[in-house]
Amino acid sequence: MATRKKNMKFEEAIQRLEEIVNVIEDDSLSLEESIKIFQEGMELAAICNKKLDEAERRISVIMKGENNNLTEEDFIPEEE
Amino acid sequence: MIREPITVSELTSYIKSIIENDFELSGVLVRGEISNFKHHSSGHMYFTLKDENAKIKCVMFKGSNQFLKFTPEDGMNMIVSGYVSVYERDGQYQLYVLKMEPDGIGSLYLAFEQLKEKLQKEGLFDTERKKPIPLFPEKIGVATSPTGSVIRDIINVSTRRFKNVDILLYPVKVQGEGAAETIVEAIDYFNTRKDIEVIIIGRGGGSIEELWPFNEEIVARAIARSRIPIISAVGHETDFTISDFVADARASTPSHAAEMAVPSLADLTYKIESLKSALYMNLTSKFKNKRYSVNSMIRRLENNSPLSKIVQNIQYIDNLQNKIKFIMEKRLRESKNKYSILVNRLDDLGPGKILSRGFSLVEKDNKVVRSVKELREKDEIKLTMKDGSAYCKIEKIMEGSVWLLEKRI
Repeated sequence: MATRKKNMKFEEAIQRLEEIVNVIEDDSLSLEESIKIFQEGMELAAICNKKLDEAERRISVIMKGENNNLTEEDFIPEEE
Repeated sequence: MIREPITVSELTSYIKSIIENDFELSGVLVRGEISNFKHHSSGHMYFTLKDENAKIKCVMFKGSNQFLKFTPEDGMNMIVSGYVSVYERDGQYQLYVLKMEPDGIGSLYLAFEQLKEKLQKEGLFDTERKKPIPLFPEKIGVATSPTGSVIRDIINVSTRRFKNVDILLYPVKVQGEGAAETIVEAIDYFNTRKDIEVIIIGRGGGSIEELWPFNEEIVARAIARSRIPIISAVGHETDFTISDFVADARASTPSHAAEMAVPSLADLTYKIESLKSALYMNLTSKFKNKRYSVNSMIRRLENNSPLSKIVQNIQYIDNLQNKIKFIMEKRLRESKNKYSILVNRLDDLGPGKILSRGFSLVEKDNKVVRSVKELREKDEIKLTMKDGSAYCKIEKIMEGSVWLLEKRI
């Protein structure tokens, strides 16, 4: 479960988080279930924040080499 | 002059040579309406060009018509250029069309309208087909020219919103021959990668000819088959291309595309935090509610406990107690009275009263003597009176009734 969550995309995580907020508003949930789902929500929020923190700036460009093989190189936009 | 008959072929060939050698007919520009249009499987086009009073058969060979952007249809008014010649087998003179332009509107405009209608009918513009643009794409693929302001604008806006943005540029030709093919290549390439989560295709403003690659059917098809959502940002706000219609989102400018693809970090952080606090608030209020209901249950339980019943009935119990007490006291009082009566009666029957009247109790060897027959002379006896005892010795014994004895004495 935990690893599955870490591999989640940001969208999935935040979507699940929104779902959880909706679900926890539902009064039919037992207290145990609420606590469980609350913990899941907090974990997801942490994952979302972590994903934002971990994102790395990278601007690269696809270069076509000989034999049409493609390579990735850093891209520096030319100044005008 | 002797006339020798000639063959049909010879005649036709003669007519053909006359027509073909005519300067005017070797290069004509004709305006007319298309009818009986047929695009043969060989690739050649056959149709008739007509006006109110006349018509002429036309043919446009594959070599010429392959460059047409639009598809000719019956009823369209065209201006065609070409030459007139004879198709000998049918004895038919016809117009060999080299170029064709819609009359009144540009051919690109017509082609645009035709492709738009065709793709719309296929459902390629349907909103149900549109994929959502991810909130926070881990990597953005950009297909545009590596030079110029478009890529710079995209990078600037993206990094301003989210400093750690990850962008992969696939350089493409954005106008001219082969441009559409490179755009298709870029879209297909991005779709082979797992890390690209959104694609921006675009170019700056320009004429309809310059924007044309984004109106090509192959580009439209590449966008439609892309599994990754595509934002189309072609030209200025007022320019619309087929790409814009097929794409999952249309951006008015490249900067706008960057705004759509890249979230603002501040916005995202705010969103996460507000979800977090909503979650927390909900849980605590849930706890509060549960605690409240537990407490009210406790109160109800307490209100109905056996103890409370006792407390409620304490008055009754007090009453009972009082009653019991009263009865007991009454009984006691009655018993006491009975007792004292008995004691009095006991007193009356006991020796005290008799002794005080002057009678004495006679005992011998600690046994009460009731008859003189139990006594012998010289016996020692004890006389007990009301206020003491006297030990005596028997002197003489006389039998008979006391009362008689007394008289006798």
